[in-house]
Amino acid sequence: MAAKIKVHDPRGFPPRVVGRRLANRLESLDGKVIFLVDCLFESSDVFMAQLQQWFAEHLPAVTTRIIRPRASMVDDPDMRATIAAQGNAAIIGVGL
Amino acid sequence: MGLALALERSGIATIPVSTHVFARLAKATCLAAGMPTLRNVFVPQPVVGLSGAELRAYIEGIDPVAKRPFMQGVIEGLTQPLSDEDFKGATFERSTPHLLEADTGENLQQLFIQNSWTDFLPIMLPTEERVERMLKGTRHARDEIVGRLRPTAFREYWEFDVEKVAVNAVMAGARAEYLPVILAMAASGISARSSSTNSFATISIVNGPIRNEIGMNAGIGAMGPYNHANATLGRAYSLLSQNLQGGSVPGETYLGTFGNFLNYTACFPENEERSPWGPLHVDKGFKAEQSTVSTFFGGWHTQSGYGPRATWKQKFVRCLIADHYTPPLIVMDPICARGFADLGFDKRALIEWCAEHAQLSARDYWDDQWVTTLDRPLGLAGIEPFASRLRAAPDELIRIYTPDDIHIVVTGGETQGAFKMFSGRYMKASPGNFLGGRGTVVIDEWR
Repeated sequence: MAAKIKVHDPRGFPPRVVGRRLANRLESLDGKVIFLVDCLFESSDVFMAQLQQWFAEHLPAVTTRIIRPRASMVDDPDMRATIAAQGNAAIIGVGL
Repeated sequence: MGLALALERSGIATIPVSTHVFARLAKATCLAAGMPTLRNVFVPQPVVGLSGAELRAYIEGIDPVAKRPFMQGVIEGLTQPLSDEDFKGATFERSTPHLLEADTGENLQQLFIQNSWTDFLPIMLPTEERVERMLKGTRHARDEIVGRLRPTAFREYWEFDVEKVAVNAVMAGARAEYLPVILAMAASGISARSSSTNSFATISIVNGPIRNEIGMNAGIGAMGPYNHANATLGRAYSLLSQNLQGGSVPGETYLGTFGNFLNYTACFPENEERSPWGPLHVDKGFKAEQSTVSTFFGGWHTQSGYGPRATWKQKFVRCLIADHYTPPLIVMDPICARGFADLGFDKRALIEWCAEHAQLSARDYWDDQWVTTLDRPLGLAGIEPFASRLRAAPDELIRIYTPDDIHIVVTGGETQGAFKMFSGRYMKASPGNFLGGRGTVVIDEWR
C-alpha cells in the first residue's frame, strides 16, 4: 500500500465575503426614471438605444435616459452619483 | 458587473445585462461580492456587430439562461419585492487550509487536477519537505505578505505570502535559487492568467546578474523548452497566478476564447552580453548591476522577420500595424540588433522610427472591437493620444503608438538574424491600464 503524504494547499487567501442586501425595489415603474448605462463595449450603444425605444413603445410612463461611464471596465463614482440623484433604477449592459 | 454591484450598494435597483456565455462568471462574481441574488438577465452571445433590428429581437426574445422573456426578467427584477435572501446577502469565510488531508501521491495528483490547481501537466507535489527546501531560496519570512492578484479588474483580490509562492514554485519544478525571481513576479501585481476574452498571456524578461547566477539561457532556443530555469520560472508564474488569485477555471475565472500557449510558460533573459544596446532594465531606470523581471501583457499575436534587408522598412511597418490594440514587444536576435546598430540606430532611435512610421487610417484604427471599447472612451474624455486620434478624419493617417509604447529586447543564439514582434504592453500606470501592476520588479529585494 502506497504511503500517505501531506502536501500544502496551493491557493491564496481569499477575502472574507460580507453579505450585502439588494437595493429596495420599485412598487411600479410608472413615472420613474431608469438610467440605461451603456457600458461602452462595442454595440452596447445600439443595444441601449433599442432598449430605450422598447420602453417608449411599451411603457411610455417610464422615463429612460442613456448614460455612459468615463471609461470601460472601471467604476465611475460621478456617474453613480448622477444616477442616484436623478434616477430610480438602472439597467447596465452589455458586453460582447 | 462591478458597476452594477456598486449601484446596488448605492441604493439603486439595478439590472445587469450580460450575454449568456457569462452566466457562470456573473454568478460567481455576485457571490464573491456577497450579493448572490443580484438580478442578472441575459441575452444571447454575441452582441458585437449586430444591427439594431437584431438587438431588438434579443430584447423582445427569450433570456437564454432564465428561459423566460427577457423584458419580463428586467421588469420583475426592478419591481419584485425583496426576499429574505435579497436582504441579507451572503456572508461567509473562505479560508483555505495550510495543509491538505494526507493521501497517496497518486491520489493527490488527481486531487490537484480535479480542483483545477494545475496546468494539466504533471506537477511536483508541494510536500512539507520540498516547500521547506524552496523557502531556503529567500531570507524573507514565510508569512510575509508578497502581494495580491485577481484575474481581472472587477474581481476581488486574493492575497498571498512567501510560503504560498514557494508552494507554487515547487509545483512548477523550480529550484530554490529561482525563488527570488518568482517572488518578484508574484509581487508585480500582474496576473499571468488574465480572464480576458482576448486570451492574453504575459511574457516575462529577466535582466541583470541573476540570469547567469541561476543558469538561464539567453542563447540558442532562449524562448523554447531548452533550459530548466527559463521553463520553470515561466511555469511558476503561471501556476501561482491561477492559484493565488482564486482560480483560472473556464467559464468562471477564465474567459479567453482560444486560450494561449504562452500561458504555460513564457520567460526568458535578455542577452545583455551580445546586445549592441543597453538592457531593458537600464532603459527603465534601474542599474545594470540590479536584477529585475519585467512583465509584458499580451501575447495576442506574433510577427516574425529578419534583420535589416533592403525592404526592412516596409516589412517592419507591416508587422507593426498587423494588430494595434496591444503595442509591440520587439525581440531581436543579437545579429539582427547589430544590423540595425550598423545602420546607425541606437535602440531609442529605432523605437522612435517605429512610432513615427506605424500608421493607419483613422477608419482602420477605430474599426477594432477592443480599441473601440477601451480607447474610444478615453478619447472622448479628452485624454491624449486618443483624443487626437478620435478627431482625425477617417482617411487621415494617424500614429498608432507613442515611443513609450514600444519596447525592444535582445535575446537568442545568433543562429539567425531574426526578430519577433509580440503584442506586449508594458504594465505601468497609464490611461487605459485598468489592471494595474508594476512592469518591472527588482529581484534583489526578494533574495
